[in-house]
Amino acid sequence: MIYLDYNATTPLDKEVLEAMLPYLEDVYGNPSSTYAFARKSRKAIDEARQKAASFLGAEPDEIIFTSGGTESDNTAIKGVSFARLPKKGSIITSSIEHHAVLNSVKSLEKFGFECKYLNVDEFGLIDLGRLKDYLGPDTILVSVMYANNEVGTIEPVKDIVRLCRDKGIYVHTDAAQAAGKIKIDVKELDVDFLSLSAHKLYGPKGVGVLYAKRGVKFEPLLHGGRHEKNRRASTENVAGIVGLGKALEIARSRMDDEERNIRILRDKLQNGILERIPEVKLNGHPDKRLYNTLNVCIKYIEGEGMLTHLDFEGVCASSGSACTSGSLEPSHVLLAMGIPHELAHGSLRFSLGKYNTESEIDRVLEIFPPIVEKLRSMSPFWNGK
Amino acid sequence: MDLEYTNKVLEYFKNPRNMGKIDDADGIGKVGNPVCGDVMWIYIKVKNNKIIDCKFQTFGCVAAVATSSIMTEIVKGKTIDGALNISNKNVVKELGGLPDIKMHCSLLAEEGIKKAIEDYRSKSKT
Ligand SMILES: Cc1ncc(COP(=O)(O)O)c(C=O)c1O
Ligand code: FES
Repeated sequence: MIYLDYNATTPLDKEVLEAMLPYLEDVYGNPSSTYAFARKSRKAIDEARQKAASFLGAEPDEIIFTSGGTESDNTAIKGVSFARLPKKGSIITSSIEHHAVLNSVKSLEKFGFECKYLNVDEFGLIDLGRLKDYLGPDTILVSVMYANNEVGTIEPVKDIVRLCRDKGIYVHTDAAQAAGKIKIDVKELDVDFLSLSAHKLYGPKGVGVLYAKRGVKFEPLLHGGRHEKNRRASTENVAGIVGLGKALEIARSRMDDEERNIRILRDKLQNGILERIPEVKLNGHPDKRLYNTLNVCIKYIEGEGMLTHLDFEGVCASSGSACTSGSLEPSHVLLAMGIPHELAHGSLRFSLGKYNTESEIDRVLEIFPPIVEKLRSMSPFWNGK
Repeated sequence: MDLEYTNKVLEYFKNPRNMGKIDDADGIGKVGNPVCGDVMWIYIKVKNNKIIDCKFQTFGCVAAVATSSIMTEIVKGKTIDGALNISNKNVVKELGGLPDIKMHCSLLAEEGIKKAIEDYRSKSKT
């Protein structure tokens, strides 16, 4: 199998698994219990919190462990809004967010909040000028992703913060795709909230971080016990949190080497596809883009067919085609970038990671062009160009 | 999304029968899928009220390829009226079923053949 879908999820790093195992076996104490045995669990969480804080340049008490990127996004967006009630306000996000953000924002419309969606340009960059126009006295939150999961475009989060800072508007960024790939320093970035997810950086599924700057006000999503300093109730996912901590520690120490290797492979795949296959459009920003992500539109054919042929060959990738979406709508990200419906239909995303090798890329470059040729020969629009 | 295709669907997708166009077709049915935006063209060749050849082209998903391919096989050798009686349900049954969300794709095959026959009839009148 050749796995090229690291933006969907990553395999668990063996070192992470090893760090987790004791907490799935012998060290099962509830971190809230008082005896020495349970304090082992508590200590493991404290250490993971320290690692997460170091990873982000944050203080340990600014780290809240959650069940993943989705919960972190929901908590920041709904939490800030609900803390204002009974007053309402206006929330601004981009039209290319992950659905964890888009649908969280949208849900607030039902509660009387006003929601505005920023356009993006053809590369997927948000319109800062428009953001300036949208910011008003009742704006309470701006949520824009650090890097987009489908096309990899990296958004100008720092510029967004600059526009919001003196107006007292909170800024949240969904860094689920950026974390582990780009160095993040929340102090330098100066955001109020940031989400990340362990399974995007070789950690386990079902655990993530919400960074919440000291002093920010938000209503918890989960009410219950006094866990996470009353900000997220429920007995901690100890093994998951330990795994997340370990994954962040590894990512921090090896990010630069990984970037170099993965970028070389991604560029090889990108150039190989553009050279070997005519009429291909590269999606996303040419350079303000995650170094592991390659998103292309293969004109005149449809994505599910390409994915299925790739799957026959053991290659895992993904597509923004309407036929694969479950909703039969093409990717909202590609449409927001102005890509026509029929082009989005032929979109394909390859996202690479630290376990990919050059021979895997060579293999994909060998099998993919004939797949395109075969499907194009079936297409009424191709006409053997 | 849960997309479990039957082996037969995947087999028809992998090795589609009757794929391509018929240059001197007697009827062409061009249909589009308003749901997902896919497109299918079906070509027929008719002799003595019988479909003697049928081919398809598609800009569509796995289910669209498989259903149109098997449709061309089913109608080949049938009379015009026989072909008009084939519904998407026959096609789906023949393939051993389709995921729910893909049922609409099989309509393309049925509409395509009907359109092609319509085209043939309108041409043969003049
Ligand atoms: C940008 C982005 N945000 C949020 C999520 C959701 O994270 P999780 O799967 O941990 O809920 C993902 C991944 O699915 C993502 O890519
Ligand atoms: S034809 Fe598009 S989903 Fe099947």
